[in-house]
Amino acid sequence: MKVNRTIEEINEKIKAGKAVVFTAEEIIAVVKEKGLEEAARMVDVVTTGTFGPMCSSGAFLNVGHPKPRIKLNEVSLNGVEAYSGIAAVDLYIGATALPKNDPANRNYPGEFSYGGGHVIEDLVAGKDVHLEARAYGTDCYPRKKYETLFRLDEINEATLYNPRNAYQNYNVAVNLGQKTIYTYMGILKPNLGNANYSSAGQLSPLFNDPLLKTIGIGTRIFLGGGVGYVAWHGTQHNPSAERLENGTPCYPAATLALIGDLKQMQPRWLRGLSYLGYGATLQVGLGVPIPILNEEIMGYCAVSDADLQAPIVDYYGAYPNRESDNLGHVSYAELRSGTITVQGKQMPTASLSSYAGAREIAATLKVWIGKGSFSLTAPSAGLPSVEAGIKFKPMPDRDPEGREA
Amino acid sequence: MIKQKIVLRFPPHVVEQPVIYHLIKDYNLMVNILRADINPRKEGRLMMELSGEDADYRRAVQWLKKQELKIINLEQQISWSEERCTHCGACTVICPTGALNFERPGMTVRFEEDKCIICELCLRACPARAMEALAENANGR
Repeated sequence: MKVNRTIEEINEKIKAGKAVVFTAEEIIAVVKEKGLEEAARMVDVVTTGTFGPMCSSGAFLNVGHPKPRIKLNEVSLNGVEAYSGIAAVDLYIGATALPKNDPANRNYPGEFSYGGGHVIEDLVAGKDVHLEARAYGTDCYPRKKYETLFRLDEINEATLYNPRNAYQNYNVAVNLGQKTIYTYMGILKPNLGNANYSSAGQLSPLFNDPLLKTIGIGTRIFLGGGVGYVAWHGTQHNPSAERLENGTPCYPAATLALIGDLKQMQPRWLRGLSYLGYGATLQVGLGVPIPILNEEIMGYCAVSDADLQAPIVDYYGAYPNRESDNLGHVSYAELRSGTITVQGKQMPTASLSSYAGAREIAATLKVWIGKGSFSLTAPSAGLPSVEAGIKFKPMPDRDPEGREA
Repeated sequence: MIKQKIVLRFPPHVVEQPVIYHLIKDYNLMVNILRADINPRKEGRLMMELSGEDADYRRAVQWLKKQELKIINLEQQISWSEERCTHCGACTVICPTGALNFERPGMTVRFEEDKCIICELCLRACPARAMEALAENANGR
């Protein structure tokens, strides 16, 4: 490498207010104009961002003890069920949790107007949340019922912990069937009526570090409008997915598990969502800084939407039945143009991930780094990448009696 | 000249009157029906665009009111909360008239009220629930 830079050197420049930072969108033109080497020499950090629905998200809360004490058993927050199978007053509220009495899809397509993602948004917005709890009562935790209102600032801890965020690439969902379907990829009109995708493409964190050469455990990031960290690789992490020559995968691949203090986040970047006929979820805003350690890393950050390919998948038949036939690939440049053609049919595209939001997150992170309030961290350990040879598994199918299926 | 989209709500007892005929014949208006829900002996609902001379239009409105028909101007019926909108774009492929569309290359959603026909598909298609129907709306919800 002709350019070599360490995270310590970058942090010195950040501290001095002299770091040169571009967003992953801006850097494309810079590299085109100056070439990889000169751009790598000039730029210290490239910031990324994404703001999309991420179902595998939620928050651990410690709500403190009432007097007398309670060991929470069945708990709801604003009517939405929270998980209490951990210590007495610890809870986990998951993004897709629903109220016990939600009609769900009994009235198809269900509206899912309030769920766990909305509870998290309300907490972050500082609103009162209604806790109702039942317990079986023990000698040390005698209380059997409790009800209260609380706000985020009144409880001990609230830690956002998202087991799977920031998917590196995602499917483009279409409908080959004869009727409208309601999916986690939005409403899909029949006979290839529309194509929905969900990635910020050239701005998306893991598209800019496709082989995970800089992002690792402990990487400090923008999370939900505040500061968070990469905790681990995410669930369903599949770095072994087929890749293009530029290192980016042409199928959904790597994922991140993220963590951060909910109390310093903003409701603007943690939004409860309702997917018609599917469920409730959380739209998470996150951004990862990529340290430009050398021209190789600069090369990864220079990818543009035209260089990134997403697989087109039929959500009427193939996806629900876990069949692998895919309908080809399309570039993010085509997706973002507003129309694509599949099987000779032209259809409009829509994104579920907000490109405008991703752009704003990358720009915000750039400002934070530029004014010295956000420094970079070297990962304490790497994440499994291509060489780990991870094999992505479906659910086992074995007879509960122990016989072979 | 005036061009106005309106919703007419018919009480059950006037549902069987030939309102459109009178608007055309007596008031010289051009009528373009956008949506209609007319049932015998039930409250009816008619969404349309009226165009014609200002004076004719005013006289027609007076006549409609005299017939006990309720008139609501269309633009005010669906509202877009810019604050709730996350600019994902899920609505843009569902909106049948392109009233909700993507402004490129900014990649932000915009709502052009004059193209809205109050089909209300966006209300539930928007994951962030940024689209709202005003209380006194066309479906009487």
